[in-house]
Amino acid sequence: MTKNLRVKSSKLVDETYRISFKFNGTTYYGFKGDTLASALLANNIHLVGRSFKYHRPRGIMTAGSEEPNAIVQLHNGTSRTEPNVRATEIEIYEGLVATSQNCWPSVKFDIGGINNFLSPLLPAGFYYKTFMWPASFWEKYEYFIRKSAGLGKSPDVPDPDIYEHKYIHCDVLVIGAGISGLIAAKTAAKSGFKTLLVEEKSYLGGSTIYQDSEFFKINNQNSASWLEKEINEVKKIENLEIKTRTSVAAFHGYNFLLARENLTDHLPLEQRENKTRQRLLKIRAKKVITATGSIERPLIFDNNDRPGILLSSAIKKYADLFGVACGEKNILFTNNDSVYETAISLIQKGIKVQAIIDNREEIDSKLIKETEKNNIKIYKGYTIVDTFGYKRINSVSIMKLSKDGQKVIGSKENISCDSLGISGGWTPAVHLFTQSGGKLKFRDDDQVFIPNTYPSNQMSIGSCNGDFTLDEILINTPKLLKEFLNIKKTEYENIEIYSAFNKSKRNIWLLPSNKIVGKTKSFVDFQNDATAKDIKLALREGFRSIEHVKRYTTTGMGTDQGKLGNMHALGIISETASSKMGELGTTTFRPPYTPLTFGTIVGRNVGKYFDIIRKTPIHEWHFENKAEFENVGQWKRAWYYPQNGENMHEAVQRESKAARDSAGILDASTLGKIDIQGTDASEFLNRVYTNAWSKLEIGKCRYGLMLNEDGMVYDDGVTTRLDENHYIMTTTTGGAATVLGKLEDYLQTEWPELDVYLTSVTDHYATISVCGPNSKKIIQKVIPEIDLSDKDFPHMSFKNSKIGKVKCRVMRISFTGEQSYEINIQANYAKSVWENCMEAGKEFNITPYGTETMHLLRAEKGFIIAGQDTDATMTPIDLQMDWIVSKKKFDFIGKRSLYRSDTIREDRKQLVGLITDNPEEILEEGAQIVADMNKTPIEMLGHVTSSYFSPNLKKSIALGVVKGGKNMMGQKLIIPMEKKQINVTVTDPVFLDKENKRLNA
Amino acid sequence: MFLINCPFCGEREQSEFKAGGEAHIVRPKQPTELSDDQWAEYLFMRKNIKGIQFERWNHIHGCRKWFNMVRDTSNDEIKAVYKMGEKPPVK
Ligand SMILES: [Zn+2]
Repeated sequence: MTKNLRVKSSKLVDETYRISFKFNGTTYYGFKGDTLASALLANNIHLVGRSFKYHRPRGIMTAGSEEPNAIVQLHNGTSRTEPNVRATEIEIYEGLVATSQNCWPSVKFDIGGINNFLSPLLPAGFYYKTFMWPASFWEKYEYFIRKSAGLGKSPDVPDPDIYEHKYIHCDVLVIGAGISGLIAAKTAAKSGFKTLLVEEKSYLGGSTIYQDSEFFKINNQNSASWLEKEINEVKKIENLEIKTRTSVAAFHGYNFLLARENLTDHLPLEQRENKTRQRLLKIRAKKVITATGSIERPLIFDNNDRPGILLSSAIKKYADLFGVACGEKNILFTNNDSVYETAISLIQKGIKVQAIIDNREEIDSKLIKETEKNNIKIYKGYTIVDTFGYKRINSVSIMKLSKDGQKVIGSKENISCDSLGISGGWTPAVHLFTQSGGKLKFRDDDQVFIPNTYPSNQMSIGSCNGDFTLDEILINTPKLLKEFLNIKKTEYENIEIYSAFNKSKRNIWLLPSNKIVGKTKSFVDFQNDATAKDIKLALREGFRSIEHVKRYTTTGMGTDQGKLGNMHALGIISETASSKMGELGTTTFRPPYTPLTFGTIVGRNVGKYFDIIRKTPIHEWHFENKAEFENVGQWKRAWYYPQNGENMHEAVQRESKAARDSAGILDASTLGKIDIQGTDASEFLNRVYTNAWSKLEIGKCRYGLMLNEDGMVYDDGVTTRLDENHYIMTTTTGGAATVLGKLEDYLQTEWPELDVYLTSVTDHYATISVCGPNSKKIIQKVIPEIDLSDKDFPHMSFKNSKIGKVKCRVMRISFTGEQSYEINIQANYAKSVWENCMEAGKEFNITPYGTETMHLLRAEKGFIIAGQDTDATMTPIDLQMDWIVSKKKFDFIGKRSLYRSDTIREDRKQLVGLITDNPEEILEEGAQIVADMNKTPIEMLGHVTSSYFSPNLKKSIALGVVKGGKNMMGQKLIIPMEKKQINVTVTDPVFLDKENKRLNA
Repeated sequence: MFLINCPFCGEREQSEFKAGGEAHIVRPKQPTELSDDQWAEYLFMRKNIKGIQFERWNHIHGCRKWFNMVRDTSNDEIKAVYKMGEKPPVK
């Protein structure tokens, strides 16, 4: 079976450099420059996978990124494993290990192959129809579907490679380095534009670089030689950057494009260490020239999917570029002149062409004459009606086409072969153009969609613009470039072109057969196993929109996005439904053009660089003192400080008790701080908070509640009047950025007349909060000069002071209900002041506490946490905080919404306290609250928002929101849990020290 | 991704900006005078046009200034940008 099909020296491979690789467990050899596909074909291996639905044997079909079948998994079971790699794109390197992806248990014996015989049972929509019912069976189906579909395996260990992102700005981006792209890049760069040329392959020149025959000439040289000279010149141009192995994945609006640059995928594994594997290029180009070429169309006939059936252009490419024969007995099948180029290439290399089957009846061109000269039989006006051979094609049946091309006539003839090249003409690769928002038009002459209107400063040239032949390209491209780049002249004005290509084509979307369509397997989408029959069935079942037919039949929904067969699907729909091609529209091509790795998408933003981490200036102390941390937005906050193996509950109980019994200390530096200055600062606060601010004395603090315009609580915090026109506002940790944004919005857009300036100072000041009965004594030791007497420094007031020579602000405010002082100090002094407090508090057992204890202490006092006890549906009235809503103020943000018909409903969810019958039972936050378990459906009254065991009250306490809760004091409610029901009583949300005696204790 | 011409800073990437909804909705001077329906009109009702739309944008990772934009939502073409308080340059 193994033989060498290497023919002759070729353009791309270096036959002095042998490379070994493994495919499905066997070691093979190829040469440097080979793709995995060309190396396999050189070893006479066509069978590389199984089809998705019927598990039919499938072979390499193309030589590019449009490949539907030859999809492999690289390095299975290792950290570098990668699924969905197209064998036609990956360049081989020493040590490459590839396995067929879409087969189980093996490519040669495939259990799913039985689906092929069951295929009458597997029509379009089969998966939708069958696996939908009964729903309980889904789990069983899923196991087998996944296993037998075998869509590749994701790695289960971290990716060892490095990826990065790079921004590129250029005047002109040229996508594709075929002949037209090269002409464009050279012209643009030489006209002074900073130009970037990207090419998905490893080499420049596209298909012209191996168009090496006397039938295609430019200025009297073979087109390949002419282009080679051009490339040499292009490489020397200074303001032209060329990136090969770089594939544009997405073309967004405003000429923003994403491209993937492959840097190491072609290198042996040991040479990849410490190198960037792939780069995501984020390109912003003033002008974009798309020269993405075209993709050869297959032909749609019965059993057109056997291993050994390739696009005719792929056979030519493997021969010319890689020196590989796809078979020893080749048949070519066509509706246009392209296969004759292939035939001539094969003849030149001594590869046998058995016969050519041409749909066209009356044809004549120089290419055909040359082919006939070599005694190759051409069946004119014929079509293939069937093929044979299970794991490799071994013969075809042909029949004569009727005049109208609607049916076959005469008798069948069989021709043996081991490879079949097919060509249905060419489809412009307009994927990127349409991604950018470009609109297509349908050209009836040769049945292609070409660019029509451009949404941005861009231009399509070459065969992606419908110019397929050498003469069209060389005549039209310079014209388009002159207009697009606004230049007078190009180097390509008086060029002599000779092309033997005859453009005639006989387009038949679905070739007729001697069987009825229902009995054929004429594949339209090879990857997803959608056949012409499926499309016709979808139409019979009433589907009309191309987008619906696509989803029902799964045509075009594979990783190749139907690059080969989408046009035929459209054609068959239009013929069957008697609608016009141009009017059907096309399905939408979405980014990425070819799949991207996750590594490329995330770049360097992995591990600790995944997101920004913010630490307080006292963080180091918390870390050294074994704090557990919790993430609050981007902040790392000390959560609790376990001692002697305490768990969280034990640590929090100890910390909470210490804070109320003697003294606790909290790092509150993460609270948002906004410095507010200006002659209208008081008026501004009046408008943004629900309560009144004009009369707040200098040196006093006030708690404020901020609403959205819809009346719902948005944020809260204490604001201090530092001076006549100077305030410092605090916000919640999570709300800091959005509160500043909201305030700026109102100032700039609604009230630009106010003289107010806002500055975020969150990071500039650290905040150390000392609370508890002994807090006053500790602060006095730390700041001896300050008068802390209740008379001189009462609750809710502020003083400027100094610690040593460093200025600080001290606020007497409390979030725990205890007497409490907050020192605000320049961030870089914070750690030493914290240590001062710890030292001064030693004799009082000062206990550092984290966010968990803070939450518990405030819950004992019934203080809300905006975002925990509120969720953007709670008004201050719902929170039973009517006291903070000014009745006198003319207006404030959200005021009008507080008496909308919906917000004044008595049965809104309202904040209440919940006490469990069993004081040891701690409720789960988020648990539902109900009153009547016998009602169906059970009415959900609300849910638990905060819940703790209070060491100070020696019982479980909770806050929750309950419909009409305000009027339910003392009522019994139920918290239904999975295995029990917990009985609770509705109470006031303030559990401890309702009279606020402790604030001045 | 748009390229947005901030009226204060010049052309910048869209990632530096935040969209802020429909423009030229003026907060009522006397909300208390309004009926529920009138207030709801201000609070909730937005046009969401296919075609020429007037929008608020904020150069949040730049100068932090709010400004207005005229954008064709059918093809994302930005017709104009102008400062708060200025009259729209196009109809
Ligand atoms: Zn700006």
